[in-house]
Amino acid sequence: MADTGFIPKEKWGAFIEGLSAKAQVWVPCLEEDIVIFRPYSKERVICFDRPANTPPKGVIFPQSDTLFSFAFTKDPENPQKVMVELEEKLDFPKTIIIGSRPCDAKGFLIYDRPYTQTDTPDPYYKGRREQTTIITMSCQSPSPGCFCTAVGGGPADKVGSDILITEVNTGYFIEAITEKGKEILQQSGAENGSSHEAEARKKQEEVHSRVQDRFCADGKPKISRDLFENDDFWQEELAKCVSCGACTYLCPTCYCFNITDEKTFEKGERIRSWDGCMYTHFTLEASGHNPRPTKYQRFKNRVGHKFIFYPEKYDGVIACCGCGRCIRYCPMSVDISEVVSKLQKQTGSASNGK
Amino acid sequence: MSLDKLKQIITDVLKDVDVVIGYKQGFDALHATPCFVTKPEQVDEIIWSPLCVQNLAGYLTSLKKKVGIVVKGCDSRTIVQYMQEGLIDRNKVVVIGIPCTGILSVKKVLEKVKHEPVEEVTFGNDGTVIVKTPSGDTKMALSEVAPDKCETCLYPTPVVYDHLADEPIASTKDPQNVFKDVEEFNKKSLEEKKKYWEKEFDRCIRCYACRNACPMCVCQDSCIAETRDPHWISQRSNLTEKMMFHMIHALHLAGRCVECGECERVCPMGIPVNKLKKKINSDMKALFGYEPGVKPEDKPPMLTFSVEEKNIEEHKL
Repeated sequence: MADTGFIPKEKWGAFIEGLSAKAQVWVPCLEEDIVIFRPYSKERVICFDRPANTPPKGVIFPQSDTLFSFAFTKDPENPQKVMVELEEKLDFPKTIIIGSRPCDAKGFLIYDRPYTQTDTPDPYYKGRREQTTIITMSCQSPSPGCFCTAVGGGPADKVGSDILITEVNTGYFIEAITEKGKEILQQSGAENGSSHEAEARKKQEEVHSRVQDRFCADGKPKISRDLFENDDFWQEELAKCVSCGACTYLCPTCYCFNITDEKTFEKGERIRSWDGCMYTHFTLEASGHNPRPTKYQRFKNRVGHKFIFYPEKYDGVIACCGCGRCIRYCPMSVDISEVVSKLQKQTGSASNGK
Repeated sequence: MSLDKLKQIITDVLKDVDVVIGYKQGFDALHATPCFVTKPEQVDEIIWSPLCVQNLAGYLTSLKKKVGIVVKGCDSRTIVQYMQEGLIDRNKVVVIGIPCTGILSVKKVLEKVKHEPVEEVTFGNDGTVIVKTPSGDTKMALSEVAPDKCETCLYPTPVVYDHLADEPIASTKDPQNVFKDVEEFNKKSLEEKKKYWEKEFDRCIRCYACRNACPMCVCQDSCIAETRDPHWISQRSNLTEKMMFHMIHALHLAGRCVECGECERVCPMGIPVNKLKKKINSDMKALFGYEPGVKPEDKPPMLTFSVEEKNIEEHKL
């Protein structure tokens, strides 16, 4: 069985339609001038021209997720006795994401380590993850602010995807990467892809050469701990930050959450929702003490988590996929690649970032 | 405007203040970013062009130091509003005003150049902009890519300043047209408006960029959008909660919003949130004849009351 295939442009719509008969399909859709992942339907305006404003992380890790619902009932015989009924829902539908980018797909790998590759895997994440197939589009052009090559990725990187699709002149060249991907390719009725492979490879290389290497040629940036611990550096770099959560919510790898009980008198739901380390409440303790009270300390943690703490814990893997969304959509144009670049240059020095 | 003159003013002001906030080039040719100047050698980084979109005045309430601040006409209204509400000590702020001939909207430019990375932006003296991307040059008029606020701008010259970087400019816009877009939108039926806002707010990701970039959202870390007590909004990511947040945001700005448009500019999901605030401002103007951030001696209507309000009928029942 060949692991590559080709779908001509005129059959592309039917390919997506075909998949939607087998699973819930999420596609990047154009709304106003925003691209956002939505469940597929014929009425949607699908847009593969550029990366979506939001990564598809919400498909597997929803912005708010009901972990279980609960209800309290009083025992009529003994009013002091209250019974709690719990109900959880752990069956997840078969899902396909079409049109994620290599950086988006890599984001799920960053999630996998803490959520599934542990002694206590998260059943909600794991459940959805196993049911989901990721069909990635390789990038046709770099986007403003993106820097995937500096963190070990690339515009046609296959890591994390089940299928990688590269748009060529007359259609789409398909590479099946995993077993899940091969199954889809086999059932898709795609033509033989071998005659289009050369064109696709050429395109992939051409785009790769156009991605800006913002700070690291070997894709493994190393940060100076001295400078990292220098608070003056952070204060200066982060003066312009307004401490909103756009960078964390648009990040394919940011996986922090909050848990709240949303309830009325006798029933409610336990909700897990996205949280972001740039919010002051994120580390606010019940005592009123906040170990990270300022925005520069919060951003220091954000960079530290992605470039120091996560790699320390997981074999040197950097928890940033270089999609550039945090730069592109930052209200004040805070540039994480510039910050990391400065942190690298000062290796071994304790000066204040000049 | 002469950039040299602006740099000279900043160099002079820097002698008396701890920091001067201006603009420098951002991560690409299309973006400027705030520049916090604390040393004379940093002045060289300062730029001024229609790329300088951010309202820097929003930093004033959180800085305890003596600050020099670069403001456009629209941004200067923030400072006046702060003065009205007693939120800043005017003696600790040195205002460097720039008479502004209009800025550009990054979103509108990106839409025109199909979201390609921008390599170079050139501004012509005739009000044109040439944007260079890998696909080539795109020429456009600044007026077609200006944010909506520039179309009805009555205050191109700052309404408050200590230094002015150029000769004052008078507005050529008709004051009668300021709320034209609001009036137009108002013609929609209630059902149409509901549908419109449901569609827009559905995209909201509750990142709170609109709130945190808003210079008048002074509650910031104590915002009721996140407090558990009172628990007015849940953490559910649904339309009801999103709408509730935006309605609270808008109503808390009644008679306070200086229409700098930051909320809308920073929204990563392209939600026209400023429209709500403008609608409320038009109501405030009709009810109290009040326009936020124009005269330091004005009293914001929500910070005072009269037993008999001239334009509110309810007491005369």
